[in-house]
Amino acid sequence: MSVLSHVLEAAGLATVALISVRSVAERMHPPRALYCEFPLGRPLGVPGDAAFQHEVLTRAFALLGKPEGPVLADHPTVVEADETPMACALPPRFDPDGAPAVDEALGLRNAYDRSFSARGRTSVGRVVGPDEVPAALEALIGIADGTDWAEAGLPGGNPISTVHDIRSYYEEAALELVDGPTPGGRAAEAWFFEQTEAGAVVMAARRAMKAAGAPQPFWFYMAPGHRR
Amino acid sequence: MCQAHPVGTGDQAMRDLADSLPVPEFDTTAFTTPPPLAEATVAIVTTSAVHTMDDEGFTGFDTGFRLIDRERRDLALGHWSPNFDRSAFAADLNVVYPIDRLEELAAEGVIGRVAPRHVSFAGNQPDDVATVRLDSGPAAAQALRHDGVDVVLLTPV
Repeated sequence: MSVLSHVLEAAGLATVALISVRSVAERMHPPRALYCEFPLGRPLGVPGDAAFQHEVLTRAFALLGKPEGPVLADHPTVVEADETPMACALPPRFDPDGAPAVDEALGLRNAYDRSFSARGRTSVGRVVGPDEVPAALEALIGIADGTDWAEAGLPGGNPISTVHDIRSYYEEAALELVDGPTPGGRAAEAWFFEQTEAGAVVMAARRAMKAAGAPQPFWFYMAPGHRR
Repeated sequence: MCQAHPVGTGDQAMRDLADSLPVPEFDTTAFTTPPPLAEATVAIVTTSAVHTMDDEGFTGFDTGFRLIDRERRDLALGHWSPNFDRSAFAADLNVVYPIDRLEELAAEGVIGRVAPRHVSFAGNQPDDVATVRLDSGPAAAQALRHDGVDVVLLTPV
């Protein structure tokens, strides 16, 4: 992003960047940067808190008044990520003959649909829509059980995109099942990978691909890098 | 089930990784003096790879950009990295793309105008960032200048 700061500024635009990694700004010297130690994925800090977001913008835009640059300032508030899995109910088993992850995904469909209706948007759909999520999980189960990943029938042939859609489906559904404010940064991730059957399938497929010698990027980016 | 891991490792691991990676070097820092904020047209440029749901999604090493009309809120998160929280964007797009906050600032007279179009890139670029530096970045700047933009707020994920 600091590259874009330089490029846009050189083209005559005054830029101010919200920065999530301070050392990068220290080395790249963008014209104006506000370092915000907030959970990654939340550059404005707190979802659903317009006052906090405005406070961030006020501090950022204040840098436009500096007579020269580069300027690197720090937001005084640190918002820590929360890696405790969020408390989110999962559906009971409905079809005991089906794969648990598939059963689980089918059970979350109403919540996903409510989320889409409430927000009018979804990040599901890079390679599969909500109707295809159960089949995508079946393909990952096959990989976990030893099927070659390239022959498993993954939608679009890409496990990273398949997992993106599955994870987005789950996290968007969860928004309708969790009370109170949006959970902390990575709490939804922790819930998906540590508490759901789908998350367990993703990790099992990832380990199987690694063991089978699949190209590293194809399995590694199925899950956050610190997860094994 | 996957292994448990220590609290706080996810974001810190990514920040530590970013600390260790080489970055493109710039010998000088360009500096444009903006008009007063209350008279400025402000645009968002995000590297979150958000895009409107009916637009072409981002590929894994996409060096291009997408334009987002001011009125659009039907946005999908198209970034390929799994290493950041996505739930906040799902709940409130303003935590990544603060378009409603800009509208409020314009209504209050704090900023002059909200730009008619905003820009999204993918943050995961090839190491040399040559295309963004020489081609797609300047092209995005040209589009923003065409719209009369004075000030750009950059947001990552």
